[in-house]
Amino acid sequence: MNKIDKLENKYLKEDITGFKPGDRVRVSIKISEENKDRIQAFEGRVIKKQGSGINKTFTVRKISFNNIGVERTFLLHSPVIQSIERIDEGIVRRAKLYYLRGMVGKKAKVKIKK
Amino acid sequence: MVDAIYGKKVGCTQVFRENGDAVYVTVVEAGPCVVVQVKDKDKDGYNSLQVGFDSISERKVNKPAGGVFSKNNITPKRYLKEIRVESFDREYKPGDSIDISIFKPGDKLKITGSSRGRGFSGVIKRHNFHRGKMSHGSHSHRIPGSVGMCATPSRIFKGKKMPGRLGGKKVTIPAAEVVDIIKDENLVLVKGSVPGSKGSMVYLRKI
Repeated sequence: MNKIDKLENKYLKEDITGFKPGDRVRVSIKISEENKDRIQAFEGRVIKKQGSGINKTFTVRKISFNNIGVERTFLLHSPVIQSIERIDEGIVRRAKLYYLRGMVGKKAKVKIKK
Repeated sequence: MVDAIYGKKVGCTQVFRENGDAVYVTVVEAGPCVVVQVKDKDKDGYNSLQVGFDSISERKVNKPAGGVFSKNNITPKRYLKEIRVESFDREYKPGDSIDISIFKPGDKLKITGSSRGRGFSGVIKRHNFHRGKMSHGSHSHRIPGSVGMCATPSRIFKGKKMPGRLGGKKVTIPAAEVVDIIKDENLVLVKGSVPGSKGSMVYLRKI
């Protein structure tokens, strides 16, 4: 193991719940305001996982009001992320679900494992 | 006080701050530097420490350099360099070592190294010129273009930006922040990039 891998290991989280593209997740993010911290949730479908080691990221897409799609990319090992909760497991045949971007309403649905 | 050290660039990565910010850092393996000779104002005209850095096998040093180390019972080093010191806070003698405990997170460092040599480069890489059209009948792809006027002055001005050797020069980063220090592995994490390739020597000096 080289020196940089060893150094990065210190920053990696060990207790990450398994999730994959297609799953619906609720990500709890810590937001620091002037003198207090609060937790904000971002719920949506994982459309991609990318990178390796400390650089690993995942992107969550949700449909907000007026059918506006909102995507957020998080660093998986970031200390800002308090928890990642898997709500359901989707059945998809791709690793990157970019096709969801062009779809609205019923078409934007993903089959769910029962 | 000794506030400088020699190191070796290990590579780049990113780490997290406590507040969650991801910071791009360069990892430098700094020290330990072993004092080989102490120079003082009375004898040599200035205060400094001659230090050796990066151990190598005895076979790799020539006899004159090897003699310097064996005289003081120090394992041979790849680099023999000087650290200028304004005034000594304590007495140093050959064999003493200087390690990264002189730095702490939050310090600002001046980092000097030699930039990567790019050889003979064109004006686009060397001086950030724009390129010409690549198609539509254009033949001026990456050429410098016009370099001056006509019969007056019928010469090219001095300092005109042209192709030539790029890189391989001494570069100093004015104020790089120390993000973290890992003492047992002699690693310093500095914010941002550092001149040189992996394994090249850099000089870290506290501002």
